[in-house]
Amino acid sequence: MRRGAWEDYQKDIADDKYYYARSCIRQNFFPGSEKAFLNIVGRDLGREVFDDPLHTSCTGIGYHSDIVPYETIMTVVARQFSLMHEAGFENFISSCITSFGIYTEILNTWEEFPETEEKTRESLYKATKRELYKPKNLAHTSDVIFHLRDEIKQRMKYPLVNHLTGEKLRVVEHIGCHYAKIFPKRGIGGSEFPYVLAGMIESWGGDVVDYPERRHCCGFGFRNYLVQANRGYSIANSHKKLESMAPYRPDFIVCNCPGCTMFLDKWQYTIAEMEGTTYGEAGQGIPVLTYEEMAGLVLGYDPWELGMQMHAVNVEPLLNKMGVEYDPAAKYLGPNGKYIGKPLQSVVNSSRGNTSLYDIKK
Amino acid sequence: MIMQTDVVVVGGGVAGIKAACELCQAGSKCVLVERDSVLGGKLRGWHKLFPSFTSSSDVIEELLNELKQSNVECLLGSEVVYISSTLCRLASGTEIQCRAVILATGYNLFDARIKEEYGYGIYDNVITSVDLERMFHTGTISTLSGAAPEKVAILHCVGSRDEKVCQRHCSKVCCITAVKQAIEIKKMLPNSEVFNFYMDMRMFGPGYEELYLTAQKQYNVHFIRGRISEAAQLPKGRLQIKAEDTLTARPLIMSVDMLVLMVGMKAPKQNALFALATGLELQPSGFISSKDLFLEAVLTSVPGIFVAGTVTAPKTIGESISEATMASRAALKFIEG
Repeated sequence: MRRGAWEDYQKDIADDKYYYARSCIRQNFFPGSEKAFLNIVGRDLGREVFDDPLHTSCTGIGYHSDIVPYETIMTVVARQFSLMHEAGFENFISSCITSFGIYTEILNTWEEFPETEEKTRESLYKATKRELYKPKNLAHTSDVIFHLRDEIKQRMKYPLVNHLTGEKLRVVEHIGCHYAKIFPKRGIGGSEFPYVLAGMIESWGGDVVDYPERRHCCGFGFRNYLVQANRGYSIANSHKKLESMAPYRPDFIVCNCPGCTMFLDKWQYTIAEMEGTTYGEAGQGIPVLTYEEMAGLVLGYDPWELGMQMHAVNVEPLLNKMGVEYDPAAKYLGPNGKYIGKPLQSVVNSSRGNTSLYDIKK
Repeated sequence: MIMQTDVVVVGGGVAGIKAACELCQAGSKCVLVERDSVLGGKLRGWHKLFPSFTSSSDVIEELLNELKQSNVECLLGSEVVYISSTLCRLASGTEIQCRAVILATGYNLFDARIKEEYGYGIYDNVITSVDLERMFHTGTISTLSGAAPEKVAILHCVGSRDEKVCQRHCSKVCCITAVKQAIEIKKMLPNSEVFNFYMDMRMFGPGYEELYLTAQKQYNVHFIRGRISEAAQLPKGRLQIKAEDTLTARPLIMSVDMLVLMVGMKAPKQNALFALATGLELQPSGFISSKDLFLEAVLTSVPGIFVAGTVTAPKTIGESISEATMASRAALKFIEG
């Protein structure tokens, strides 16, 4: 894909000494991803990452659901920044896209309205007796992996290439809306042609698929999903994207947002159960990876250590294409070797194509 | 080098050429300064002019003939770095002492790449109205693969009436240009389908409304009231566009072979530099303010500096040329005291 403008949208990404803010939901959806980030950046690439047990949720979901007022979330965020300062760090990195959007929005608010910053400073002191220190550098963790992509490439064990045919894997990249759609200048590549994931894919040997609904939201949208009656909107958006990308026969999808990764994966299960439609080769669904999982596979991490057994769409077809060595029998064994249980058989993983185990319309 | 003259005309587009001719014909000494190596300005890139389909080269030739017969001293490839009502300094170091200045520096085209959602510069078959005129010049309209497009979408107001890109003003001539271009496409490719996506159709001039009707009745050009939100590339270079048809209040997705962006007129950055150096007033759009919109439209807030053409606002070729005549008369009156 030709890229016109991405180099206009660059940002400084700190090279070391990160204060790591976890996501509320990722540890449930993709339990190995945050651990993989810490291992890759901290252990493999020798950067200092501080995983602080004191920080809390940014309350972003509450904010976007109109439960948490802006003044409150600004104070919560101010506390996170103070914790960073107390721990001796200046570079704040967030694992969650919603949080990243929140931090960006609040820092911009404070820049535009210093009186608001002053008010938050007072609220923070009243509530916690802490002083506000703003980060020197704010980045999303996918920015950090993007920043380190060449170092990862140097250690690459499995490139994003079909090891049987030698062809580049075709990868759909999907960026969370709150990564760059609110503040395009804060995202690598901007909002229309984001490059943060595309840069990793290209660096590690894959091909980026540009398909018509590439920019479309996955459908998470807090009001779409949190209000049960609106979930039809959510799945309709994912469906639209999957329909649009299917003709390009992508080998997998990679996302940088907790919500997108979950919905593009799990709605495939739902669509298969509802409609009997499966996407991907041989009707086996299109695997959906987090960027840490993608980086982990490229570096030769064990897929089960990365938590890939938790996906709704099975990842084995992708592992086989990449030539990743793994033990199929160990899939449902936890880190201590204990059996963690196995999901029931589902249409999305059954290779049955346009059939369904049951017809929910009846 | 120091030169002396009565009036310096800055800008060698249609307005500048006409103003210079008028000044010389009235017996005044005049220097015409042009940044490019050729005269004619942006009109050189245009094929035919609305609403009469007059060849733009005929207009330029006519003006250049008039210029040849005049005693105008033309300085081509000369950029103005400083201007006041009595002095014009060029990048080469040449200084021209004068008694009045006519600014006919025109406009810049809006850079369509800024509207990233349309993919200009990224998708092969997204072109601008200027690129399309270039195709008209060559006599063939084709996609990058060389095929004639079967379905063409024309999007109005790209970089006009758009606060997101700081271009609040209307570029005035794009609506009628889009109608003209749609007809030209249909004349060259009668089997093609052409869809114009517009906000409003601003058919302000004589014969424009008639041409708009002709486009619909005679050439079956489709007009859809709604802006395109984004373009994306489909296999084989086709494009998918999304829009809202605001008359039927329905979203719309369409596949086309070519998307033409009607790029607007933007005030050049040098207007601000001129304003800083001379005290000229600027409009919020960045175009230079006239002293008065009605009786002194070619005068500015600075005595001795006059304006002609699109330096003050988007205008048609005819309006620019007429204004040049006015500006030269005003300048003559000024130097005669």
